[in-house]
Amino acid sequence: MEDIRLDAQWIDYLLIAIYFIFVLGIGWFAKRGISSSIEFLLSGRSLPAWVTALAFVSANLGAVEIMGMSATGAQYGMPTMHYFWIGAVPAMLFLGVVMMPFYYGSKVRSVPEFMRKRFGTGAHLVNALSFAIAQILIAGVNLFLLGTIVNRLLGWPLWIALVVAAAIVLSYITLGGLTAAIYNEVLQFFVIVAALLPLTIIGLNRVGGWDGLVEKVSNDGMLGAEQLSSWPGEQLSGFDNPVLSVVGIVFGLGFVLSFGYWTTNFVEVQRAMASKSITAARLTPILGAFPKMLIPFIVVVPGMIAAVLVTQLTQFKQISASVGEASAQAQTGVTYNDALLLLMREVLPNGLLGVAIAGLLAAFMAGMAANISAFNTVFSYDLWQQYVVKDREDDYYLKVGRIATIGACVVAIFTALIAGNFSNLMDYLQTLFGFFNAPLFATFILGMFWKRMSATAGWVGLVGGTLSAVAVFILAETGVFDLPGQGAAFLAASTAFVVDIVLSVIVTFRTAPKPAHELRGLVYSETPKADFEDLGEPKPPIWKRPVPVAGLALVLVIILNVSFG
Amino acid sequence: MSNANELTKTAGAFDIRNFIGVLLGIFGIILAIAGLVDFTPDEARRTGGIDANLWTGVGLVLAAIAFLGWAKLRPLRIVDTQGPTSELDGDQEA
Repeated sequence: MEDIRLDAQWIDYLLIAIYFIFVLGIGWFAKRGISSSIEFLLSGRSLPAWVTALAFVSANLGAVEIMGMSATGAQYGMPTMHYFWIGAVPAMLFLGVVMMPFYYGSKVRSVPEFMRKRFGTGAHLVNALSFAIAQILIAGVNLFLLGTIVNRLLGWPLWIALVVAAAIVLSYITLGGLTAAIYNEVLQFFVIVAALLPLTIIGLNRVGGWDGLVEKVSNDGMLGAEQLSSWPGEQLSGFDNPVLSVVGIVFGLGFVLSFGYWTTNFVEVQRAMASKSITAARLTPILGAFPKMLIPFIVVVPGMIAAVLVTQLTQFKQISASVGEASAQAQTGVTYNDALLLLMREVLPNGLLGVAIAGLLAAFMAGMAANISAFNTVFSYDLWQQYVVKDREDDYYLKVGRIATIGACVVAIFTALIAGNFSNLMDYLQTLFGFFNAPLFATFILGMFWKRMSATAGWVGLVGGTLSAVAVFILAETGVFDLPGQGAAFLAASTAFVVDIVLSVIVTFRTAPKPAHELRGLVYSETPKADFEDLGEPKPPIWKRPVPVAGLALVLVIILNVSFG
Repeated sequence: MSNANELTKTAGAFDIRNFIGVLLGIFGIILAIAGLVDFTPDEARRTGGIDANLWTGVGLVLAAIAFLGWAKLRPLRIVDTQGPTSELDGDQEA
């Protein structure tokens, strides 16, 4: 890989330094509010909905998302929008409308804890362990990406970049816990927008406005105008047939993969659990859906601009269309992943460049911070308190949470170093952890609405579903059947979903159900409606009620799909 | 909110809206000054003629004013529920 050294001046470093003073300042201020483990690990369930909503969006707006989505935009164009409009927004709305009342209303402290209350320790242990391990490894991957970027942008040696970044994340989370992580995510959101919005506007100005972009992209001599409409997205899904492609995107990406990810991933759900009431918790993903549907305009569109404006990237795209990506990279020294950095170097003046670098560094650290703060909660409550040392005073678990944070950061540094040496291995691991999500969603949704479902069915379904996804993946990798593009991932997730449901139903009828009185707050039919409402609070006006707001978001996302289809 | 409640003050010191407002404000002022005093031909070539630092700076200052104003108009309210657990109330009645 070639260095993409940005020509940063003192003014850029000044802006970056100011930003980091604020990042650490938040940790220091948030520390003053912390006296118990619930405050450290769940922000004392005290935050307003707009804060948790922005944190919800930011926690996912890390290195993978920003670099990856602008890269996909440079490569395929508008079909990349599906990752936001089909692959995120519907699932976020579903989480807020249907599932959040169970998570928040049952007063559990984590998603695995919901699992334990509903299905007992078998399913819980599977879920808590796989989640904790996955988070540490993903934190390492995030850290590695961050280190690589710092290395390529500023020329710091990789290991120094890793240690400095880990130390900053560590210091604000150990000080301020989840509150510091969430507040930093909110701050990061605005810095990202302050960086990417001008980048997009200036980029558009350089290519002659929106019309100029449309003209240049349609005449690029490769995919051409196909890149300007999001549907049917055949290049993205890998299906040649437009009907199959639409079906694949809607069910594979839109339903199985995204519902599994957004509704059961504790990294995301934790942000909502930190809010101050059941209404605020439900509003968290719903309000988050609004920025989520606009973010692609400042992430995907810059990628598209870079592909037609930056000569190096245009050459890369042309060579890879005719000869292949490997030789294109060898000749030009760049890849699609560099799209955003190349555009920054091409159009941003010093000053704005500093804001943009600060924003990117912030996003990468926030990704890691989100993994770590979810990990320390699951480790303290679901693993340590449940299986290792029970019934100690709360101070003890606050200490465990802090030590777990330090341990996680140290492990993440080593994971990052491993990731640097075995990049394929890390890709596989991340894909594997993705397989845990699809069956999780099946188990949760069955468990929430079917009171008969037994505890044994809970863990059997999970294990069976995950194993079937792994099996499909291995068959596809070894070439037993051939599925292009995202096809294999879609099929693996769908199989896991179906196998989980079938196994759960079969096992349930052969085992004893849980007694009805233990299911209050966990199963829809066994929970009085009042449990899902805020007691002692007046009914909020219509523009603050989850369901109408979610309806509005749904209408908007449909309008976006139609107008950019 | 009244000053009679001492807890209100501690909450006011840590209102994320003030943090956002001050940071965006500092960024905005630095960028605007850079745009005013140092708009070089090279930059104009990069941006296609827009003084990007100046306009982004102005935008950030406006955003900063919006956040600080919001925090001022609707300060955090603290409801002291039983014991040491206190509840921060943001802008729910906005």
